[in-house]
Amino acid sequence: MSSSREPGPAGSAAVGSALPASSYPIERTRLDNGLRVLLAPDRTAPVVAVSVHYDVGFRSEPEGRTGFAHLFEHLMFQGSANVGKAEHPKHVQAAGGIFNGSTHPDHTDYFELLPSGALELALFLEADRMRAPKITRQNLDNQIAVVQEEIRVNVLNRPYGGFPWIKLPPVAFDTFPNAHNGYGDFSELAAASLEDAEDFFDKYYAPGNAVLTVAGDIDPAETSAFIERYFGDIPARAVPPRAGFTEPVPTAERRATITDPLAPRAALAVGYRVPDPIADLHGFLAYYLLTEVLSDGDASRLERRLVQKDRSVLGISTYLGTFGNPFEQRDPLLLTLDARQSEDASADAVLAAVDEELSRLANDGLAAGELERVQARVGSALLREADDALGRAMAMAVHELHRGRPELVNELPAELSTVTEAAIAAAAGSLLTQGRSVLELHAGAAS
Amino acid sequence: MSSTNPTPARPPAAATTAGAAPAVGVLPAVRPTEPAELPAVTDRTLDNGLRVLVVERSSVPLVEVRLRIPFAGLGADHHARAEVLAETLFTGSPRLDRVGLATEVQRLGGALSTGVDNDRLAVVGSAFAVNLEPLLEIMADVLLGATYPDDEVAGERERIVEDTAVARSQPTVIAREALLARLFGDHPYATGIADPDIVGAVQPGHVRALHAERVSPAGAILTLVGDITPERALAAVSAALGGWSGQAARPAPPLPPLGLGPIIIVDRPGAVQTNIRLGGAALARSAPGAPAQRLASTIFGGYFSSRLVDNIREDKGYTYSPRSSIDHYQVGSRFTVAADVATEVTGPALVEIRYELGRLAVLAPSQAELDAARQYAVGTLALGSATAAGLASTLSALAGAGLGVEYLRDHPRALAEVTVDDVQAAAAELLAPTGLVTVLVGDRAKILRAVGSLGPVAES
Repeated sequence: MSSSREPGPAGSAAVGSALPASSYPIERTRLDNGLRVLLAPDRTAPVVAVSVHYDVGFRSEPEGRTGFAHLFEHLMFQGSANVGKAEHPKHVQAAGGIFNGSTHPDHTDYFELLPSGALELALFLEADRMRAPKITRQNLDNQIAVVQEEIRVNVLNRPYGGFPWIKLPPVAFDTFPNAHNGYGDFSELAAASLEDAEDFFDKYYAPGNAVLTVAGDIDPAETSAFIERYFGDIPARAVPPRAGFTEPVPTAERRATITDPLAPRAALAVGYRVPDPIADLHGFLAYYLLTEVLSDGDASRLERRLVQKDRSVLGISTYLGTFGNPFEQRDPLLLTLDARQSEDASADAVLAAVDEELSRLANDGLAAGELERVQARVGSALLREADDALGRAMAMAVHELHRGRPELVNELPAELSTVTEAAIAAAAGSLLTQGRSVLELHAGAAS
Repeated sequence: MSSTNPTPARPPAAATTAGAAPAVGVLPAVRPTEPAELPAVTDRTLDNGLRVLVVERSSVPLVEVRLRIPFAGLGADHHARAEVLAETLFTGSPRLDRVGLATEVQRLGGALSTGVDNDRLAVVGSAFAVNLEPLLEIMADVLLGATYPDDEVAGERERIVEDTAVARSQPTVIAREALLARLFGDHPYATGIADPDIVGAVQPGHVRALHAERVSPAGAILTLVGDITPERALAAVSAALGGWSGQAARPAPPLPPLGLGPIIIVDRPGAVQTNIRLGGAALARSAPGAPAQRLASTIFGGYFSSRLVDNIREDKGYTYSPRSSIDHYQVGSRFTVAADVATEVTGPALVEIRYELGRLAVLAPSQAELDAARQYAVGTLALGSATAAGLASTLSALAGAGLGVEYLRDHPRALAEVTVDDVQAAAAELLAPTGLVTVLVGDRAKILRAVGSLGPVAES
């Protein structure tokens, strides 16, 4: 029982010092059926997080079935061998817990955060649906309708719906896996069949294609026994070979325009390709820090230039990966710049200013202290995320899924400390020399 | 991100449709969880009136900071000036300009943000715990001496006006504003977004005057949670903020009685969904009936396992995220129901919502429903205070409502005593459709006929 945990020394954030880091113990095992298991005991609070990450996301869904990975995620809540329709959430909540599932480009996750006495229940529920979800035509029809309402509320009935996460990929990418809409086309969702669901489950939801993570107030030995009891006899199945989604980096600019009938102001998204985050983590981290240099807070380069000086944008963000988590996606992925323009600003003026700032970074490098303060900021944000058992579990799980390295949850601050000013300047320069993808959103409801 | 449950971080609470009890025998039992020890809160009030709450919690080498300053005021001018003040508080101090302030905060591994509503001005932040002292000094810089540079005020003023245009194009924002107006009449709580025309006329002098009058330690509460000792924290706060001075503010005026009336439709021609909102009166958090009221709301629509979700999402597929909640303001509380539904099922969805409201208002729930809702309420209270950030926010909100840390112990006990009859009695007050107002945002021409058969609709 490892109940003690010593967070790294709270070093000063002064220039040159090591970043404080966590040191959560992590036990890493694999069941005979291939299921990877991570246990991270920490008895700070009487809560436990349980997550299951499946190595399939919407980049893997078949052509003609856009949105299927997400629809299937909904179906995983509709019942299993020992759990009735929609009872999974009820069991979790009646135990005082919260739950959710979400679908990403390269994985689908399911998770619970509960009072620690409910650990065994949560493991049972996850195992039951990993073994055999019970999907009926009626539940499929019902969840197709629910997903369509989800798309209406998040995309169709609101300004900037799906901008840029749905609208930019078809500009930046050519192949179906990278370019298509992960929420899905209504007619393709409606065409989903029970056979589709069975095939998708058989192919992608094998135990050997998943990572089970338990973090928080647990006894590791007892937890391992629970896991063996509930997951151990799920039969092993073939694990699909990991698909490669590689596309060449564009050499010429790509540009597209859409008109959003509900948007009162124009917006602009720019996608840039970045290094393979798995093969070249160190190179990739320079781009992670670059996004912070560009748009984290009032002292960042683009905030100062575009928001405070030019006043050409109302808000600006830059981030890595479709949903802003740099570590949950494989190659290829984008560094995205998302700007909401002021009434009179033109896209070209914003782009010219962005280029100027990137050139300045590439040519002149960082200011004194700029790297250290950005590293400090990222380091403290990582600690804050890890203080939450669920945040910690989710971070470890994607590090395991993509890199086999869950301890990155503790080691990222040290990795970030090794990124140099020159690497960040070079990263900025690389954005200027490649063919970027620009999507202009025109305001169809400008007053 | 595509999620099954639209409110992942902090979902509302819940209950199950009569008798959806766990399949006994197969499912492992849930063991009782030993509650966390009640955090030791050091609670001091400085001579200038600033109340300081400190909890030492060493899970990570960070400190969380929450400052809330009473900021209720009357009239559209106050609202507009308060918005500009919140956006420009950190744009200049005697020592540093906007970029200088942000640079210093970042260097501490820190973040500071401000927000204002009709009750309070809040400063929320965190930093490496070793940097508590310089973080407080930066806060003191602006609390005691924000300069509100003319060009920063002008720039942020214009940005708020533009942001307002964008916000007001969001149907959920339109619905919220319409419901607030309906619930609060001419009380300041009736508007959540300041009038952009009035914001556009705010001058730096107005903001400086508002700061001098209202950014005051008297009645303000500073909550610190993290890897800090109370002695060190109190010394640091005294050193940084001991010289801050000002007068206490008056709270918002009492709420007017809720006036009932016809259904209001805010027309959005071409809308593919209707945003359905209902609202009514609710008991204060400290009222004896509050625990039963909370569980009534939970069972009705306050969590994913609620009757509302079972009915109009899981059974009928009308909507993605139906929900209900009780919002506690400084001088009153309100119950709200929200569902965004496809335009063509607006009438049927409204029928089902009213059916579920009425059913719980006149019939007691099952014991299983009550037990589930109760356990959810108790469990999520514990989850919410399991991190330093969560504990800081919880303690700050409780203190703002006049409640202490013992609420984390006493509220679960009060919930444990609620019976199904208590819930029904609370629901009769809270949920009765005759006591609620209804606001719809949608395509009026397409929904008027169905909605009109359910009750009188206001002329547009």
